[in-house]
Amino acid sequence: MGTFILRRILYSIPVLIATSFIIFTFVSLAGDPLGQLKLNPYLSEETLQNKIEEKHLDKPIPVRYLYWVKEASTDKFGTSLSSDQPIWPDLKRVIPHTLELLIPALLLSVLFAVGIGLYSAIRQYSVFDYGATTFSFLAYAVPVFWLALMLQILATQLVVKWNVRLFYTSGLSSTDPGGGLQFVLDRAQHLALPIITIAVISIATYSRYMRASMLEVVNSDYTRTARAKGLSERQVTTKHAMRNALIPLVTVVALDFGTLIAGAVVTESIFQLDGMGYYFIQSLQRLDTYAVMAWLMIVAVMVIVFNLIADLAYGWLDPRIRLG
Amino acid sequence: MGDSFPETRVPDPRGAIPRPPVAEGPAAAVLEEPEAALAYETGVEVQSRSQWQYARRRFMRHRLAVVCLVLLVGIFLAGAFAPWVAPYAYDEIDLENASSPPTLDGFHIFGTDLIGRDYLSRVIFGIRTSAEVALIVAILATLIGVVIGGLAGYYSGQVDNALMRFTDLILTLPGLAVLLTAAALLGHGSPYRVAVIIALISWTYLARIIRGTFLALREKEYVEAAKAAGAGDLRIMVRHMLPNAIGPIVVAATLIVGLAILTESVLGFLGFGIQPPTPTLGKLIADGQGAGTGLWWLVTFPGLTIVLILLCVNFVGDGLRDALDPTQRRVRE
Repeated sequence: MGTFILRRILYSIPVLIATSFIIFTFVSLAGDPLGQLKLNPYLSEETLQNKIEEKHLDKPIPVRYLYWVKEASTDKFGTSLSSDQPIWPDLKRVIPHTLELLIPALLLSVLFAVGIGLYSAIRQYSVFDYGATTFSFLAYAVPVFWLALMLQILATQLVVKWNVRLFYTSGLSSTDPGGGLQFVLDRAQHLALPIITIAVISIATYSRYMRASMLEVVNSDYTRTARAKGLSERQVTTKHAMRNALIPLVTVVALDFGTLIAGAVVTESIFQLDGMGYYFIQSLQRLDTYAVMAWLMIVAVMVIVFNLIADLAYGWLDPRIRLG
Repeated sequence: MGDSFPETRVPDPRGAIPRPPVAEGPAAAVLEEPEAALAYETGVEVQSRSQWQYARRRFMRHRLAVVCLVLLVGIFLAGAFAPWVAPYAYDEIDLENASSPPTLDGFHIFGTDLIGRDYLSRVIFGIRTSAEVALIVAILATLIGVVIGGLAGYYSGQVDNALMRFTDLILTLPGLAVLLTAAALLGHGSPYRVAVIIALISWTYLARIIRGTFLALREKEYVEAAKAAGAGDLRIMVRHMLPNAIGPIVVAATLIVGLAILTESVLGFLGFGIQPPTPTLGKLIADGQGAGTGLWWLVTFPGLTIVLILLCVNFVGDGLRDALDPTQRRVRE
């Protein structure tokens, strides 16, 4: 177990280095990060020259990359290219916002997916099963950003037509959110639509996995044995079948983390949430290599950790699988 | 159904509604095969069929896939002949009818935007661009995927290890991030560049499938026989293994078409895609969003078009899987 974790971590180091170098090269080649600054008439030539020297922008890209590694590792990702702002405080602000969005979305998706998948499998070919299947196929075909926009339009129409303000369509909080419970409620009204956007797509995917694995388990020998020894249908389902059917879902959910982050990039930019995805898009538009790289490193480490968790959870839940 | 063998009908869990066993509409002509039915009844004369005939019959049995294929071909043809099909030019400005909601008046059934451009026409031209991108992506990604997956599967061992680690690397990268940075680097603009960018990250899925198929095929007796007969590696791969892997390849390529249309629309929406004035489905939605939520039709209709195309691609892919790759069939009959 210990060696397995150690090996996985060691293996991920070259992946991290390769990834970071590729992205660093891409963003550096994409254009002049100081383009915006140069347009600013209040900045002297000297300041610009200082900036170029500070970030070694006149050096070849591999050299620049090494300087970035040095600054990122010694100074918490260093300062951004397009301003003198340190990056870490920005990241520390946006990461919790993204988690506030992703964690409820994830919980909601798993909860609904397990319910839908379970019921679809038990009542295979029922009206409910067909309905769930149709929903999944529709959800697969819906682009995330379009779903977000449609929800926004509906919420706006709700306000315009009936003057009902259930959800807000942009930002994290109102200008005066109040305190305590009122603040939480206000935040929930703001986050509801983004959470629904992300959850709908995940529910569609996860419920299909749940249904498939549940069907497999329900038709297996040990479920028949459980029935044969006289357990109630409820006990067979919840105690014997569901526990094993959940195993593939756990891995799928953990491995799906990268997709969730991508969904967050799109969703956050549409709902203008001050989260990681929004931060990434803005940094990329400024061609701010340092900020993009900081974002990428955080996400890459998260993805690697989640992949590791997926493997560990798999072995832990299913003793038949041995980690080598 | 006019099948020569009596079959127990299993309800299709893919969303198809069970229908009475009488074929209707245009599909009936293809499905009904009187000679075959007669041959079964009289018990004489056995018709021989090629693998492709079997595949076609299996595909035709999947009604929803057939309907979707017809729809998809219709949509893509409309896109290909956009200048003749679209009622207006995509950049024709008509300030008199600006911001009109969907109306039959002047045939603006998708409405018009802030400067009176007909959105139906813009959507049809958008399909043209998106289909073009999707086609290039499908061809490029299939080529890369087949070469890398094929080499990895055929040679296995060290080659496999190296190529698959490389594939893993691409898979580990957060796709959207790579896509966006690549778009920023290669300069968004022409459809071809965007297509190349999308292709460069979407071949991984296909490579894995081909690798798996080739790993299984290389143990087959006929490969061994070909080797014994002195055939070279390239000949074995191209002449003996590739034709047997064609099923999974076609299925995966179909699904890549859908993926490419989706990806292009996301890029276009985030402003990293094909630049105006060329309309693309994603850019149309972005423009619609820019026009304000009051003009809901500008967002709704291009989006619905994407949904329809993707639905159809998925169902056709499903039908093809059943027809060409029976081992992966989800329903057993």
